[in-house]
Amino acid sequence: MRRYLVARLAQNVLTYFLFLTMVFFLLDAQPGDFGNSYINDPRLTAEQRALLRARLGLDKPVYERYLIWMSNFLQGEFGVSFSNFPRPVLDVIAERAPRTIILFLTATICSFYFGFMAGKVLAWKRGGWLEYIATVGGVGLYTVFTPWFGLMMILLFAYTLGVFPIGKFIDPVLWRGASEPITANFIFLRLLITGFVGGALLLGWLLYVRRLDPIRRRRLRSVGVIVILLLIVVAWLVYSYVIADQAGWWQQARPAGPLAMLSYLFTRGAIRYAADILWHLVLPVTTLTLISFAGQMLLTRNSMLETLREDYILTARAKGLPERVVRDKHAARNAMLPVLTAFILSLAFVLDGGVITETIFSWPGMGLTLLTAAQTEDIPMAVGALVFTGAMALTAHLVADVLYAYLDPRIRYA
Amino acid sequence: MAEKSDIVGGATAGTAAGVVRHTELDLWKIRLQLTWREFKQNVALFAENKIGLLGVAIIVLFALMAVAHPILIATRVWDPNIYDPIVGYDFTQVQQPAPPSAAHLLGTDPLGRDVLSQLMYSAASEFALGVTAALVTVIVATTVGAVAAYYGGILDSILMRLADLIIMTPFVTILIVLSAMFDVKMIHLAIIIGLLSGFGGDAIIIKSQALTIKVRTYIEAARVAGGGDAHIILRHIVPNLLPLSFLYMMFTVTSAIFSEAVLSFFGLINIRMSWGLMIHTTSTAGYLMDLKRWWLVFPASLSITALCAAFYLVGRALDEVVNPRLRKR
Repeated sequence: MRRYLVARLAQNVLTYFLFLTMVFFLLDAQPGDFGNSYINDPRLTAEQRALLRARLGLDKPVYERYLIWMSNFLQGEFGVSFSNFPRPVLDVIAERAPRTIILFLTATICSFYFGFMAGKVLAWKRGGWLEYIATVGGVGLYTVFTPWFGLMMILLFAYTLGVFPIGKFIDPVLWRGASEPITANFIFLRLLITGFVGGALLLGWLLYVRRLDPIRRRRLRSVGVIVILLLIVVAWLVYSYVIADQAGWWQQARPAGPLAMLSYLFTRGAIRYAADILWHLVLPVTTLTLISFAGQMLLTRNSMLETLREDYILTARAKGLPERVVRDKHAARNAMLPVLTAFILSLAFVLDGGVITETIFSWPGMGLTLLTAAQTEDIPMAVGALVFTGAMALTAHLVADVLYAYLDPRIRYA
Repeated sequence: MAEKSDIVGGATAGTAAGVVRHTELDLWKIRLQLTWREFKQNVALFAENKIGLLGVAIIVLFALMAVAHPILIATRVWDPNIYDPIVGYDFTQVQQPAPPSAAHLLGTDPLGRDVLSQLMYSAASEFALGVTAALVTVIVATTVGAVAAYYGGILDSILMRLADLIIMTPFVTILIVLSAMFDVKMIHLAIIIGLLSGFGGDAIIIKSQALTIKVRTYIEAARVAGGGDAHIILRHIVPNLLPLSFLYMMFTVTSAIFSEAVLSFFGLINIRMSWGLMIHTTSTAGYLMDLKRWWLVFPASLSITALCAAFYLVGRALDEVVNPRLRKR
């Protein structure tokens, strides 16, 4: 196993650099270069254009630029984005990545959760009308022409019913009043942290509750979940208070009493802005979940059907265990392996975003950044965006393989 | 089923290896009979699955549409001047896009062309695209998977890391970059999609299947009987991989049609007419969100969805035929 791991890691590093090299030269092979965009500006003379191009290093041959880029990359320097000129690539990525991660991570988790739950039931109640409806409906959504479906969702929920915002990730009118420390990324980062901490707490609680006896378990579980969710809200309130305190907003609200302070917190505090972002998240996440849950549903179903043939399922049934227990504890948990692998693999592409979703919901994240960078030949930007995706994809593939061998002792690597 | 066909395959392999030479004349007959019987059984299994039949029905419907279009034009039921999907124009309509009428069952598009005619004309090219991409995928994935699994070692590592490389590459972005570099036509798109999916994820799945076949006893038997590497791969491994390959072929058809639709929706590839391009035309004319002119967007979008779903459903049904553990009995 150790030899396999070492060999695989070495191969991965090699593949990684091959990937970066390939992308670099592929993007450069497009006709023209970024310097051509200066031709659009009539105020620039030919000499000035040449100077600007030389400043971006575009007067050098491609292999020289590649070597410069690679040596910088090995020193942890990603260069400067051409299209956002003075800004470094890492700065642009740090700005766009949190949005993409929050949207696609939530959507991935939702679609795996609902897909797993639906697939479990589908395999259990095989052959009924439920299966036909769920499969045809699920596959219909899975293969739906995404841009059209996204637009229809916006048309229905945002335009006709008016319950959700039409696009973008913040409400500009609200955010115009945001004071000093609060920016979109400030909130996005803290939302991400909240998500991770909250998720860990929930998972820990569910694992703990599982060991209690069944009668106490059911009530305790839901109480615990509600308490954790409330705790998150309270933490955000306290955090909003601390920020407001540091920024010195209280001059206006404090004299009017605690009620005014509370209302001030809810209208101008960080929690209000976090709620605004979450509000904008609902429609894209719903759309993405609807589009992709069928894949996970069918995967779970197949895996379940294979598990249901095992002898221990027969034993569990013969013991007289309730159907739900056999389904959830004996079958579904063993059927989880391929679903888990798929989940880890899809986590790698969370940073990638999606060009279609981001275009339709005007959500300027990594997918759009990568696409525009590739189209305008902003090579440092495009390769810089792929640096992380590539590393995550390779690691996820390796982790999935190792986890597979770890969870299923029948699989061994020489 | 797979177990049984393995035994049959092993038996015929033993015979073919020269144990009983004198029955060689009848061998092909026996083989044909066996294949036919197996085919009938598989069809029966497939037909049990209503969902798969629904998929087949949708595919047949679109195939009929694709076949009917040139006939309608050639027999002058549809006057080419009016009904040509690309250059036709109906001067009798007061305004374009015209709503559905007896002359134009699905109305006309903003450029005065018949929507139904475009829909039917495009069906043929969607099929061509899907089938080409799928064939490339099957050939590439089966070859790579079988070779990587059979030889193992360095060759396996190289091929699998190449597959990793392709999985990492952002699909749509690369297609868009390629379309900027070359004049990408439908046929190129089909080959690119086929290569990318055949060398990427599909190759990895096929390889893991080939690994389980490689350790079967009939492979050893064939080797003991003196079969060379090429013989074992081509006659013993590949035939057992083909069912799985055909399954993934169906999924490739879906992804090929979908990718084409997305690329033409963004107006990025050079094709004369397709469902995606119909939506692109509508979008550039500003009717994309206009529910009153539903005939501009809905037929094309629903066609893309329906045909993709149909191939996917057929693939699912084939999965149950190929994988005995998924069957009801």
